[in-house]
Amino acid sequence: MSETSSTTAAPAAGTVAVLSRLRPYVQAALPRIYGAMVVSLSASVVALAIPQVLQWMVDGPLADGDANQIWLAAGIVLALGVVEAVLIGARRALVLTPGTHVEARMRNSLYAQLQDLPVSFHDRWPSGQLLSRAVSDLNLIRRWLSFGLVLLVVNVLTLIGGVIILISLNWVLGLIFAAAAVPVIAYSFAFERKYSDVARRSQDQAGDLATSVEESVHGIRVLKAFGRSRYALKRFESQAEQLRGTEIEKAKAIAGIWLYLTLIPDLAFGVCLVVGVWLASTGASSVGELVAFFATGTVLLFPIWSMGYFLAMTLDAKTATLRFFEVMDSVNTIEDPASPSTVVDGHGELSFDDVHFRYQDAPESFPDLIDGVTLTVEPGETMALVGLTGSGKSTLTALTTRLYDVTGGAVRVDGVDVRDLSRDELRTRIAMAFEEATLFSQTVRENVLLGRPDASEDDLREALEIAQASFVYDLPLGLDTKVGEEGLSLSGGQRQRLALARAIAARPSILVLDDPLSALDVDTEALVEAALRRVLATTTALIVAHRPSTVALADRVALLENGRVTAVGTHSELLATSPHYRFVISSFDADERAEAREAEERAERHDAEERAEIRDAELGITTKEVAS
Amino acid sequence: MTSVLGVEGEERDDFSRAESRQIRQRSLRLLGSLVHPMRARLVLSIIVVIISTISQVAGPSIIAYGIDTGLPALLDQNWMPVALAGVAYLLAGVVGAVLIAWFTVLSARISQAILLDLRKRVFLHTQKLSLEFHESYTSGRIISRQTSDLDAIRELLDSGINQLVQGVLYMAFTAVALFLLDVQSGFILLASLVPLLILTRWFQLRSQRMFRRTRVASARLIVHFVETMTGIRAVKAFRKEKRNEVEFGGLVEDYRDANARVIKLFGIYDPGLVLIGNVAVAVVLLLGGFRVVDGGMEIGVLLAAVLYTRRFFDPMEDMAMFYNGYQSATAALEKISGVLEERPSVADPERPVDLWESTGAVTFDDVEFGYTADRPILPSFDLVIPAGQTIALVGSTGAGKSTLAKLISRFYDPTAGRVTLDGIDLRDLHPKDLRRAIVMVTQEAYLFSGTVADNIAIGKPEASRDEIIAAARAVGADEFIRGLPNGYETDVNKRGGRVSAGQRQLISFARAFLANPTVLILDEATASLDIPSERLVQDALQTLLADRTAVIIAHRLSTVSIADRVLVMEQGRIVEDGTPEELIGGTGRFAQLHASWRESLV
Repeated sequence: MSETSSTTAAPAAGTVAVLSRLRPYVQAALPRIYGAMVVSLSASVVALAIPQVLQWMVDGPLADGDANQIWLAAGIVLALGVVEAVLIGARRALVLTPGTHVEARMRNSLYAQLQDLPVSFHDRWPSGQLLSRAVSDLNLIRRWLSFGLVLLVVNVLTLIGGVIILISLNWVLGLIFAAAAVPVIAYSFAFERKYSDVARRSQDQAGDLATSVEESVHGIRVLKAFGRSRYALKRFESQAEQLRGTEIEKAKAIAGIWLYLTLIPDLAFGVCLVVGVWLASTGASSVGELVAFFATGTVLLFPIWSMGYFLAMTLDAKTATLRFFEVMDSVNTIEDPASPSTVVDGHGELSFDDVHFRYQDAPESFPDLIDGVTLTVEPGETMALVGLTGSGKSTLTALTTRLYDVTGGAVRVDGVDVRDLSRDELRTRIAMAFEEATLFSQTVRENVLLGRPDASEDDLREALEIAQASFVYDLPLGLDTKVGEEGLSLSGGQRQRLALARAIAARPSILVLDDPLSALDVDTEALVEAALRRVLATTTALIVAHRPSTVALADRVALLENGRVTAVGTHSELLATSPHYRFVISSFDADERAEAREAEERAERHDAEERAEIRDAELGITTKEVAS
Repeated sequence: MTSVLGVEGEERDDFSRAESRQIRQRSLRLLGSLVHPMRARLVLSIIVVIISTISQVAGPSIIAYGIDTGLPALLDQNWMPVALAGVAYLLAGVVGAVLIAWFTVLSARISQAILLDLRKRVFLHTQKLSLEFHESYTSGRIISRQTSDLDAIRELLDSGINQLVQGVLYMAFTAVALFLLDVQSGFILLASLVPLLILTRWFQLRSQRMFRRTRVASARLIVHFVETMTGIRAVKAFRKEKRNEVEFGGLVEDYRDANARVIKLFGIYDPGLVLIGNVAVAVVLLLGGFRVVDGGMEIGVLLAAVLYTRRFFDPMEDMAMFYNGYQSATAALEKISGVLEERPSVADPERPVDLWESTGAVTFDDVEFGYTADRPILPSFDLVIPAGQTIALVGSTGAGKSTLAKLISRFYDPTAGRVTLDGIDLRDLHPKDLRRAIVMVTQEAYLFSGTVADNIAIGKPEASRDEIIAAARAVGADEFIRGLPNGYETDVNKRGGRVSAGQRQLISFARAFLANPTVLILDEATASLDIPSERLVQDALQTLLADRTAVIIAHRLSTVSIADRVLVMEQGRIVEDGTPEELIGGTGRFAQLHASWRESLV
């Protein structure tokens, strides 16, 4: 799904501009990051001071043969050594723990943003891409902040200072060395472009790979049922190979900058050597100066080489930041209103007023998925929603709790547009049960009380009873058994019943049930329906139904056809008047219905005949006996 | 009795010595098997890095030659030595730089090959592991093994080899040079290795535990994250966001804390190493200084000894980083090797029996089965399904219908007895033949990312477009698919390609149709279909199943009309068995069920 990500990618922005967007998250840690830079520079200075002490010792005490001074010199070296170690420790202490806090803060806000973004966002984004952002990308950013950034700055400062020293030692040689920086810097710009591109691709591909892994485990039953593990592996393999290709490309880009960073200073040194010796021969420079020049120059080599590493790290952090903000910048189209209304004294009326809905990315030539639905479910009424697969039933139910927002018209709860309510209030008033029952890795109790955690034990028991979910009492830990993916695995029918219990336990004023009984067997379904009637007597309900048995729960039925309600009425009314309704809900066509009636009558006649026959036979026997 | 075999005890970090050794050995074995095929390239890359290190080390000597020999020569108007030094320096620079660049690419190739190998192994292995494993291990943990654990290994491989090889070489060269120069200073250096090893051992023991904690914490984080994203609709509908934020925040904090602890530990280890190095320098300087004063040592030698000692510790930070990465990667390898150590409870046969043409006769031979030993689902089960028979399996929830289906499709193996296809025990049958012959369609119709056509083609990857369309048409899915924005090419995740639950079931039916098995198992596969679609599917099934064996589990008894035989199950036993007519006409449980179902229809 790399297209998904690249289409949303911001146009190439400057590295500094991108990274400075991290500021709000880093703000609190900034003083410590600056502190770490200072400490780190001091450590470098201390490290440089040790040779000076040696120099002094060679020239002084050792030449004089003064044993006491040796103690002093060794003491100073030791002290400097201890200070260096302490400073290194201080740099780590200063910046590393705050780094983990920045990472945690960013991770929490990403998660909060993802939970807040509408379902349509999640439809578009494969969760592997989200996961790779939440884990790998934030990891990269943390390490850059607490390591890359500090050392990058320190190295640049060291280099600048070093070059100044070199120029002050010998301006000709110093300038030759400084001139070498020009091609290196020029190449760095080329590298930035090239590497940013590859780094982005690598992170996207890693996200795609995560998506593939996820699908391979979520779809394991299908893969196993068809014996397609090899086939899945092949797909995965080709993606993994792609990622490998990208990573090697990345390595080549790094190798390129390393080549420049080692070669050019070395070339400059070679030239300096010849020029320096020549200068010395002419007396324009001294041997001591030359030694000092090369000694200092050598000290600068490591910061130069490491620039390649830190530059790559910085660019990795830049693409990670871009990817992070792609999610953070996504506009939430389903938000709470600025000043939410509230339903006062609601009885639970649910109405659809010329509701239209289409997916944003649906081609223009396509009609709206929900194409002008006007329908009112009266307080306390149970309305069944019947229609063919794909007629828009589930979509219509999703509009009630604003999982999607209407693209035209309005959905109202007790006369208030759902968009004027806070999402929290709306979703307290309306509880849903989805056809695909999602259980979270929590106890049965927590799963059922998801919509109303403070419900009493009695409410819980009642909800379970209505949903015919008393099987939970037989689980190893009863209501405290952990279910969901991390717990006990339940059958489809069991999951569906818990999801139903969850919706009931929420005690909403409006229940929206999307084919809630599809996985139940006939007996259980009948029991659930009988119990559900009690709840539905007082609760407004909208129930998506495929079966006449579910329709039987409803007071009225709305027939949905291509996104429009084409008929509303009681079951028997519609059966009598709507051919489409008969087509959708009836298991028989007209002939069959007639036939069925006939068959029943025939059976009755047959029974009567049989009874007559038996009677006759018995009579016959008696007559025969009599006759004999 | 605790054990650390496979993924057991994965969440612990307090292993005993024996357990720790066991885990370490298994991950080292894995590492060995990954590195083994790379050894030629590894040797090459080491040679490259040695030469490049030598050419880098040569630099200072060339400068010394240039100044010591070149300068006096130049004063005699002899340019040769200076030119020679300049050229040699350039040459050394070019060779060193080119080789370093080459090495960078070489080591990336090695580490990427290792990663690819490991990725494939984990992927294939998790696919091989039985459903039983997947049901308890959770998808999130497998994802975390494949993502964040592999990241930890990648980090080590990316920079590790480089650091290790260069660092070790550099230190070895330096140590040898010091011993050659001055034995006494050499011994001081050697003595400094004692605290160094103690410190390293301390870090190893402490960090091992911490790193394990980071792996566990990151896995938990990922599990929660994946669960939230997968169940986002339910999260929103029941306002779980705030509670989730608290929960996730706790997991983030655990992970942060685990990371911070590792970092703090390293924050002691790394400066500790620097300190040991600096103390060693001071000691060499002190003792050497007295010897110089006594006249037992040249000043130059002392200077060199001090510089060498200092240089010896220069790569220490790199080495420490490597070790840190290594510890982190080891913790990850431990988890991954644990998954790889799991043996599938439904294993591929060692000597598979081929079955090129299957007739589809399935037999249950005194089969017993239970998910746990104390709760048998099928106590003792015998059943003969002749080739070509269509069976409707009826019974209440928990009667064992799905278990039966899972045994036929070998998602599980029986605890006792055997299930056979054409007389061959399923456990001996070649997996390719088993999967070609037996296909199961379940209620959960999972769609993979990709186009609708791709998803149908899972039934038969080599199928032509015509075959795919024919399969879709046969189950009545063609019409709605053509109505999608890009027809068969519509991406199921995108551009209005979102399909309803019923449509997904139709696609998964088309899959099964395309797979064309001799035995088809349908476990509640029509539950989400509307009645007209169900009827179309049933018409299709009637044609499809004419010469095939089929086991159909459905709560809607409409299926019964296409069945040759109906089995009613109660508590793992067959309580009724007969033709639909016989049973409907009888007075048993099925007759009742059927009557009440009939009644519900209109």
